[in-house]
Amino acid sequence: MAAMPSLPEPATVLSAAPVASALAATVQRLRTGLWRHVVVVGGICLGIAALLTALDGGRFGVKLTYAVAIAFVCVLVVDAVRLFAAWATDQLRSRRGLAHVQDSAATIGWRGALPGSLLSMLVGPPVGLWIGDQLTGYTSPSLLQWGTSATRITLTLSVIATVVSVVVISTLERLHHARAQAEAAQRLAAENQLRLLQSQLEPHMLFNTLANLRVLIGLDPPQAQAMLDRLIAFLRATLNASRSASHPLVTEFERLADYLALMGTRMGPRLQSRLDLPDGLRAVPVPPLLLQPLVENAIKHGLEPHVQGGRVEVRARAEGATLVLSVRDTGVGLRQGASPEGTGFGLMQVRERLATLHGSAASLALAPASDGEGGTLATIRLPLSRAAAA
Amino acid sequence: MNNPARALIAEDEPLLAAGLRADLAALWPALNVVASVGDGLQASTQALALRPDICFFDIRMPGYSGLEAAQALAEDWPADATAPLPLLVFVTAYDDYALQAFEAQAVDYLVKPVDRTRLAACVARLQARLAQRGTPAALEATLAHLRGLLGGGAGGLGAAAPARLEVIQAQVGNLVHLVPVDEVIYFEAADKYVRVVTSAKEHLIRLSLRELLPQLDSQRFWQVHRGTVVQARCIAAARREESGKVTLTLRSRAETLTASRLYAHLFKGM
Repeated sequence: MAAMPSLPEPATVLSAAPVASALAATVQRLRTGLWRHVVVVGGICLGIAALLTALDGGRFGVKLTYAVAIAFVCVLVVDAVRLFAAWATDQLRSRRGLAHVQDSAATIGWRGALPGSLLSMLVGPPVGLWIGDQLTGYTSPSLLQWGTSATRITLTLSVIATVVSVVVISTLERLHHARAQAEAAQRLAAENQLRLLQSQLEPHMLFNTLANLRVLIGLDPPQAQAMLDRLIAFLRATLNASRSASHPLVTEFERLADYLALMGTRMGPRLQSRLDLPDGLRAVPVPPLLLQPLVENAIKHGLEPHVQGGRVEVRARAEGATLVLSVRDTGVGLRQGASPEGTGFGLMQVRERLATLHGSAASLALAPASDGEGGTLATIRLPLSRAAAA
Repeated sequence: MNNPARALIAEDEPLLAAGLRADLAALWPALNVVASVGDGLQASTQALALRPDICFFDIRMPGYSGLEAAQALAEDWPADATAPLPLLVFVTAYDDYALQAFEAQAVDYLVKPVDRTRLAACVARLQARLAQRGTPAALEATLAHLRGLLGGGAGGLGAAAPARLEVIQAQVGNLVHLVPVDEVIYFEAADKYVRVVTSAKEHLIRLSLRELLPQLDSQRFWQVHRGTVVQARCIAAARREESGKVTLTLRSRAETLTASRLYAHLFKGM
């Protein structure tokens, strides 16, 4: 998840939306989890009241009042300490200039819970008993009288109840968080798939290709048929790309050849292309149409604006355990001051796919082509061994 | 309409150019296609040289876009009345430019792939318009349409508005001159550069006028020509010429600037 770019998050899944601070995250968690507090703590209070009534035969209502009063104070204290802990975390992070980090699964619900529990064990029983006294009109024996069984029972039950409810509530929160995260990840994956499809079925490309096809049908039917076959193969690959995780490099190059042939029909002599795939790398699996956006960029930003056109070269080679894929054009070159990171959606998408699959082991770099012909060179590096094993 | 109408096609995809030509030949046999060019620069220079009656301009072309070619054509078209400004038809693929802008401006446009029925309607409209062409009102209408397309959403490339520029940084060797935008009297396009002219000096920056324009405050800096942007408060006077162009004299520079007829409407008494 850390490598995900900032995508627009719809507000529908509240608990999964990124939040700006630990405090905001905790407030949100308490708000959405209020019913959990009520159910868990309420259940424990009923249990304690029932147990005490069974033990010494007092009135259930009175026991329940005391139990709820003590539990109420304990919950208040624990949650207050959790909020304080979140606030303190934010302060520390901002003082060190760190950005807010999403809580890991291990810390969800637990930050501040331990000190909160300890404090609540000190504060909860006396304050709760006092509130209970006010509500029932009784006078409870002071908790400072250590020897009495009332004190022992009250303290023991308070400690047990606090520990149990903190553990139960925190666990529920973590489960809830994990589920929300899974949902968000699924939604993100679906969104990415859709955008991948949209970017590959670029309307401008599609309609211009169809316009060419329309003309070609009249002028040269066999060539029109060949062009249609290329278009069909390209469309099929595009639709399948979002469904399969990988295909062999040779298939990738075949699809690029289709695309380049379609563009070649459109641009005529303004586009020349060369594909170079060593035999040893033909079977290496790669994510489907990984190179497609790079070839598209080379044509769209490199050659199309260039009056005399130029050449696109796609190469694959192995450098030790690294697979190096490069797309180079002899077009207008990178714009003055353009960031080597590239800002377009195509590049972002390639980076994202590489990061998801290989983390920091894969990279995409954009640079001016270093020879005299000018233009741009895009280079992808990814682990060869892991790619082969995938 | 005594002589057969003459047309120019500007389209960078050879098959599409050939296809349009073949379809036009079928629908309008008398039409004489005098040239077919593949980029925006040739589109305007050839149109200026050959003086066709009709220009079919593809929007997305290498060099200049179809809109920029049309702008150059309108600005540089000679003022003599013997050859009126050509009728413009823009050809565009699916999402190149906001189609509604073309609708609103009533300039004719074709969407690729162009079907025969649509092209036949376009031909009929062109034939009707050729008959009433050449009147000053027709020229003014064409200019107004172009203004709408260039200024409105159709000219934009869909990019978000960039930040306002306050200081121009002009590099000479390893020295960078900082020029406050407010001191700039005018910017002038010069090949791949822009000349930045102040009252005392001038600098070159490696940026196209097209990239610079969105970063300037359009209230203060007026585009008066496709290659000239001038700070309004630095203009001393504007004199309208016979040709429809406007000559601008400046407060602190001796030279004059020319506002093209596309931008002449900016200068009128209050």
